[in-house]
Amino acid sequence: MVSDLINKMETMSGAKALMVAMEKEGVKQVFGLPGGANLPMYDEFARCDIRHILARHEQSASHMADGFGRVSRKPGVCFATSGPGATNILTGLATAQADSSPMIAVTGQVPVAMIGRDAFQESDIIGMSNPVVKYAFQPRTAGAVPEAVRKGFFIAESGRPGPVLIDIPKDVQTNKEPMDFPDEFKIRGYHPWADPDIANVERAIEMLLHAEKPIILAGGGTIISSAFAELQSIAETLMLPVVTTFKGKGAFPETHPLSLGPIGMHGHAEANKMMTEADCVLAIGTRFSDRSVGTFEAFEKRLKIIHMDVDPAEIGKNQTAQIAVIGDVKANLRVMVKLLLQRAVKKTDESPWIKHVKETKAYWKENLKIHPGEMGAAKILRKLREVLPKESVITTEVGQHQMWASLFYDVIQPGTFFSSTGLGTMGWGFPAAIGAKVARPDVPVVDIAGDGSFAMTENSLATAVLEDIPVIVFILNNSTLGMVAQWQRTFYDRRMIGVDQKSCPDYVKLAESYGAQGIRAQSMDELDKAIRTALSSDVATVIDIPIDPEEDVLPFVAPGTSLADMVLPS
Amino acid sequence: MWAILSILVENKPGILFKVTHLFRSRNFNIDSISVGVTENSEYSKMTITTYADEKQIEQIVKQLDKMIDTIKVERLDEHKTVYRELSIFKIKLSNANDSMEVNKLANAYGGKVHDVRKDSIMVELTATPDQIKAFEELAKPFGILDVARTGVAALQRSGA
Repeated sequence: MVSDLINKMETMSGAKALMVAMEKEGVKQVFGLPGGANLPMYDEFARCDIRHILARHEQSASHMADGFGRVSRKPGVCFATSGPGATNILTGLATAQADSSPMIAVTGQVPVAMIGRDAFQESDIIGMSNPVVKYAFQPRTAGAVPEAVRKGFFIAESGRPGPVLIDIPKDVQTNKEPMDFPDEFKIRGYHPWADPDIANVERAIEMLLHAEKPIILAGGGTIISSAFAELQSIAETLMLPVVTTFKGKGAFPETHPLSLGPIGMHGHAEANKMMTEADCVLAIGTRFSDRSVGTFEAFEKRLKIIHMDVDPAEIGKNQTAQIAVIGDVKANLRVMVKLLLQRAVKKTDESPWIKHVKETKAYWKENLKIHPGEMGAAKILRKLREVLPKESVITTEVGQHQMWASLFYDVIQPGTFFSSTGLGTMGWGFPAAIGAKVARPDVPVVDIAGDGSFAMTENSLATAVLEDIPVIVFILNNSTLGMVAQWQRTFYDRRMIGVDQKSCPDYVKLAESYGAQGIRAQSMDELDKAIRTALSSDVATVIDIPIDPEEDVLPFVAPGTSLADMVLPS
Repeated sequence: MWAILSILVENKPGILFKVTHLFRSRNFNIDSISVGVTENSEYSKMTITTYADEKQIEQIVKQLDKMIDTIKVERLDEHKTVYRELSIFKIKLSNANDSMEVNKLANAYGGKVHDVRKDSIMVELTATPDQIKAFEELAKPFGILDVARTGVAALQRSGA
């Protein structure tokens, strides 16, 4: 009978088995770059239905996979060769790890017998990537490839998602062995899910009902588990104002009367104000990063914390919770919705707290000072919001434009805003937008960019044009590494070192040289027209918007201070 | 505070690297570490002792538990645990009396004497880290030429 089984197993190469296993996982496309050590895998693209999308740099490929993964909530896949190909994806892995994004990176490796001999284009990517991956596999036989793929996808997308590396030596790719594609497998040390914790959800409800000034803090985990409906139901039932972390931006519609927007270093004034006044917080899927909460000690003082998270190690890491609810936040929020329904809790009256929240929100809507010029950041981003359909997907780069997007671009449809929030990777937004567009070809995808960040991965214009992935790059161009310049103005007595980009390159011409569309917008009318042109065009478009290099992002909570110390525009 | 952690892991290459890397990258400290295969050759057991405050120890345990290659992570209560470390001291002998004195000292600590030479002697001592430290203090006046220690191995007592 064993021989029957073996006969049923088809003999194939490790490279072929990789493709078959990926097809079984539902992979439709791979973002990557070929090289010597992954050629046997690349050769298989000629014989399978998986689309290969060529990037011009492995880092770009990894961000494309990341963007795809965040939007589709299925692991995006990137390919790189050994050595420098593999080291080029380290930034992509670290970015995905910091933001809990599901991703599979497949790297070529030198043949097994050459490992450890400093072979040409050999790098110990397993060792180098260890702190920035959720897990890594290096199958040493062709027959071990299918299981590595099966387990890799499972690990990448389950529990708290993250990047998984599969490093395949070249001879493992070419060797032919009888292949078994297991449906079932066991990972003894991995327990990604806990059952809903009904008892602690009950306690959480009691605490929220008895609090005078309760608030919801929704983090990125809310978006990852797409707990949008549950979050909104709870907020409306208990009349809780909702702030988010920056990563959680758009977990809750920012046009909702209970929405206050993101807290943090460049949080909304009303969000930071209300967060510091609240006496009890329902924190959902957040790790309480320093950029969100300021100093840890000041934040948790006089605040009762209910902490829901899928990752037990986040409980008590940065903040001490009075009640911890461990497990998938959507599952636990669903329990909360059900319990509230059973108890027929429905707050309709306006408590003094909610009245105060609404007044504060209205005050800052009126009174937050913005740049007076026609082309100030706030006006530009409000214009973008006005013209874009509400289902559009936004990615951002990292810097001032990113924080302006947080402040002035309201997310209407939950789960349509993505940014490198944890690692803060400049150059992430554009390739991520390409990945996002592949996942959602039916909606406009816009990378809100700065000139400094865009320069880091502009090579992806070739991918957008040649692979027919028409995304929009929206550059707030102050010809400066703007956030660094702002810190130099604020903390270094205006000694401006290494920040001036001197309007080089010309991004309109750059776009055109790649065959993309380049439009410069220097007035609100031109901007309106440019966005509409980009939306109706079937080629990638770069909109270059010159802005004042002296404009600061405000409000600002300086590093090492608390949300209460927020500096406001004067 | 001193803590003993017992970590059951997959007996696969690279796991020790991952565990020690975790301590380094999370800014934890390793006081001692010992590793050996268990009765089931699919698993190894690591015993790590560390100095940290209560909150940090909780974080160490959680971060270790989160690792996919760890099967079980336990913080052992030292009062309910048998824990020992093996140490070997090479001690200088300066005069005829020293040999007898070191022998006496070794006996007092339940140590064993090896490799007796004219000018040096080796003492093997299996004890708690505190006892080894105490022995070391008393051996110092003779002159300690070299020392090797294994790190702590520990098992919780039954019913504890």
